[in-house]
Amino acid sequence: MLKFLEQLDRRVAFLLMGLAVAIPILFPLPLSYKPSPLAQSAFDAIDRLPDGSKVVFSFDYDPASSGELQPMSNALVYHCARKRHKLYFMALWAPGKTICTETIATVLLKYRPDAAYGEDYVELGYQSGNEGVIKIAATDLRQQYKTDIKGTPLEAIPMMEGVNNLQAMDLLITISAGYPGSKEWVQYFSTPFPRTRMITGTTGVQSVSLYPYIPNQIAGMLGAIKGAAEYETIVNEQYPVNGKPVPELGEGQRRMGPQLVAHMLMVSLILLGNAIFFMQRKARREGRR
Amino acid sequence: MKRAVPTLIAATVGFVLVIAFFIPATQSWGETAVVWFNILAGVAFILGGGNLVKVQLETISARRKGYGYAIVTLAAFFAMLAFGLLKIGVHPQAQYPLHPWAGPHDAPSSPFGWMYEYIFSPITATMFASLAFYVASAAFRAFRAKNVEAILLLGTAFLVLVGNTAIARITDALPESLAFLRLDSIVANLMTYLSTGAWRAITIGIAIGVAATSLRVLLGIDRPYLGRT
Amino acid sequence: MRAPIVRFALVSCAMLVVGAVRTHAAPPPPVEASAHDLPWDDGTAIEITWRAPESATNIAGYRVYRLLSTEEQKRALRDRRVAAADVAWKAAYESNTSASDRIELATAAATAAAERAGAEGMPDEVAVGTAAANALRYVAAPVESGRAIAFRVRSFDADGNESPAAEAGSAAATIEIFLGTRAWFFPLLIGLCAIIIGCILLARAGRPIKVRRIAGLDAIDEAVGRATEMGRPVLYIAGVQDMDNVQTVAGVTILGRVAKIAAEYDAKIEVPTARSLVMTAARDVVQTAYFEAGRHDAYNPDTIRYITDEQFGYVAYVAGRMVREKPATCIYMGQFYAESLLLSENGNAINAIQIAGTAESSQLPFFVAACDYTLIGEEFFAASAYLAGEPTQLGSLFGQDVSKLIAMVVIVAGVILSTLGGLGLSMPKAASDYLANSILAS
Repeated sequence: MLKFLEQLDRRVAFLLMGLAVAIPILFPLPLSYKPSPLAQSAFDAIDRLPDGSKVVFSFDYDPASSGELQPMSNALVYHCARKRHKLYFMALWAPGKTICTETIATVLLKYRPDAAYGEDYVELGYQSGNEGVIKIAATDLRQQYKTDIKGTPLEAIPMMEGVNNLQAMDLLITISAGYPGSKEWVQYFSTPFPRTRMITGTTGVQSVSLYPYIPNQIAGMLGAIKGAAEYETIVNEQYPVNGKPVPELGEGQRRMGPQLVAHMLMVSLILLGNAIFFMQRKARREGRR
Repeated sequence: MKRAVPTLIAATVGFVLVIAFFIPATQSWGETAVVWFNILAGVAFILGGGNLVKVQLETISARRKGYGYAIVTLAAFFAMLAFGLLKIGVHPQAQYPLHPWAGPHDAPSSPFGWMYEYIFSPITATMFASLAFYVASAAFRAFRAKNVEAILLLGTAFLVLVGNTAIARITDALPESLAFLRLDSIVANLMTYLSTGAWRAITIGIAIGVAATSLRVLLGIDRPYLGRT
Repeated sequence: MRAPIVRFALVSCAMLVVGAVRTHAAPPPPVEASAHDLPWDDGTAIEITWRAPESATNIAGYRVYRLLSTEEQKRALRDRRVAAADVAWKAAYESNTSASDRIELATAAATAAAERAGAEGMPDEVAVGTAAANALRYVAAPVESGRAIAFRVRSFDADGNESPAAEAGSAAATIEIFLGTRAWFFPLLIGLCAIIIGCILLARAGRPIKVRRIAGLDAIDEAVGRATEMGRPVLYIAGVQDMDNVQTVAGVTILGRVAKIAAEYDAKIEVPTARSLVMTAARDVVQTAYFEAGRHDAYNPDTIRYITDEQFGYVAYVAGRMVREKPATCIYMGQFYAESLLLSENGNAINAIQIAGTAESSQLPFFVAACDYTLIGEEFFAASAYLAGEPTQLGSLFGQDVSKLIAMVVIVAGVILSTLGGLGLSMPKAASDYLANSILAS
């Protein structure tokens, strides 16, 4: 038995993990969530702003992490759409620009069809330069962005009037998968310019490193798929469509099923690994005798 | 001379960036330095691309092990490059209908956009998702209760793993007086106090390490850009 | 009989109305309002100060207004006219569906609406923010640098009634020579540099420096030797970021030391890079290392190659290479993200000796789980100095440790002050507040 367990191929763990994720995707689990204080404060940061406030949205992730981050992007954009905030979209990651355009089409324009480009939302797009983009845009947006993604000069965009830098924004929302992302926004924007509040959505791995910045630099945080599920719960409660949850805002909750089973599998694997470890130790001691 | 000039450039730019942090009038100098770096990195990209092509061509011509992969790499490289650079199949932009090249190369309706959406996105997402499998095998192998520290680590890992799932809600049944024993509040306290405290200590150590490393580079003691370290 | 009742009712009503007016009376305006440039800033803020009016009890706060320039007033007026005309045009156009001259009707309605909107006049001010009743100052930011801007302040009560305006005059924001908010950071930085340079000088003067052993770095010799014995390469990854990242700089510096050991042991070293600039820097470093080891003939630039900037494309290449070539030793030194575990688990599967070092704290747990040795944060930055073993380098390492000790003392002092402050002692509380809000927040 011990020998069999010792020689257990790691591909068995791979197979079990595959099943642990696939089965709950095919057969969703009915689960409910209680919003954490961090998700609630992120919600409040958007909700307490007067309608039509200026919000800058930075898409700092790529398709690789969109499985983890897209549900929260949808929920946050939907919430801002219902609050009729003026949205300024940008991206520090090149693929973020495309994800941003898709999110606008599938969420913003669906739930706020009257939103006019240039008056209610604008896509500034991606600029290379990592944290350099933040540093420059924080003091002089027009030096960093001469035009929007359609090639229109910023001077010709009505909602850019009076917006000379990011300090003119009421709130910053960054959805971040790594570098450059939340940490750089904290370092180069929310710390030197505390007037604009910041909330962030981030991957599970990264979220641990952002706790030291809460609540002074970061007002609210959505960590991984759990954060998205919690945010969806709050937004669906507060801003339902025709009294029903929003169809686009269920993905986070749905993905919590595979997450639950996968976590349980991890716990079982760790327990199994330790059982093997103690059996080995016992066998070694007995061998020595 | 060959060593003095690069060292001088590195030291000057480094100190300008430091000064720009304190003196508002020099803030734009720091921004200029960042722009210069981006230009240099852009030029180096051509160098990197050239190197990639050279190495892959050599692999193919020498029929080295795995040269089939080199063919795939080159085909993918040139396909993306051609569709992106030449804007093949890009729709003209509504604002400038007479200029067919005015449309963005990566618009969702362009072939580049399709390749991005239907090839690149799924491949990268798959690579990232494979992390879940590696996490499982690493956890199985590495988390062993070898000593007291490892047992503490193991206990914390259990609490966080379970506390972050929907199953943690079963502890909501605990009365209000025992609310601190609910899994979600245990996890929140672990993250807010223990983990953050340790994190801060590591961060302070790193910050001092960064300062020392930067100082060594600025003073020319470490010169990785010159080959002499 | 009825008349006195009616009169009484009327008088009562009148009193009520007067009473209501009294309770809704506007609060008195603030006094001595003045606007001036915020000192020691980057020229983007103007400070407005005032005093509370005497005998004012019903003030809930103060609202600060910026006076609009003639140009701004004109623009605002134009916007209002355009918006009114737009609404009127649409309404008239849609309501006259059957009229043959609906366009003319709509145009006429729009013109009339624009004129009405223009006749209303424009307020010459815009509210910029509010201050609490006990805060007698407001910082208006960001404002355009160098242009004189006028402000006025009004107090308001709990019902929102505003006092007459107190003119604060105008001021222009100017750029100062030094940022006052970073006043403490500057001496702290100078102090830190002075400690490190001082320790370097001490080491150069011949003072023996003893540094603690770092197991991961002591293992490099053994790991490279193993690669030579097995006839397999050493794989070195200097992170996935560019040369503007200090971790990459440290990673490339350590590469120089490792390459020298590899040259001495006659082991093959492979360096796939994720950035072009890193490739050129790595080539220079490895070439110099081979030269210093007297093995310049063994240097092959083709083993240091650029793969791709794309994170997972890079991982796919390196993982594939690992499985095919089976390097005996894998060394990861630099900035890593999700690829940390993908790479190190693959390395583990091929039974390579693995040594990792990074300051990316979120990836440390993965490296610790999958590698034989992991350099955590500051150990990673100490690695190049440690491996060099020269007095100058060891001096900087010693300086790093002294700075850490000082940081620990400050933390302990802060905790003690904060605890005493929490017990109600005013001096320690003031000191801990100053430490947290002024010195450390700079």
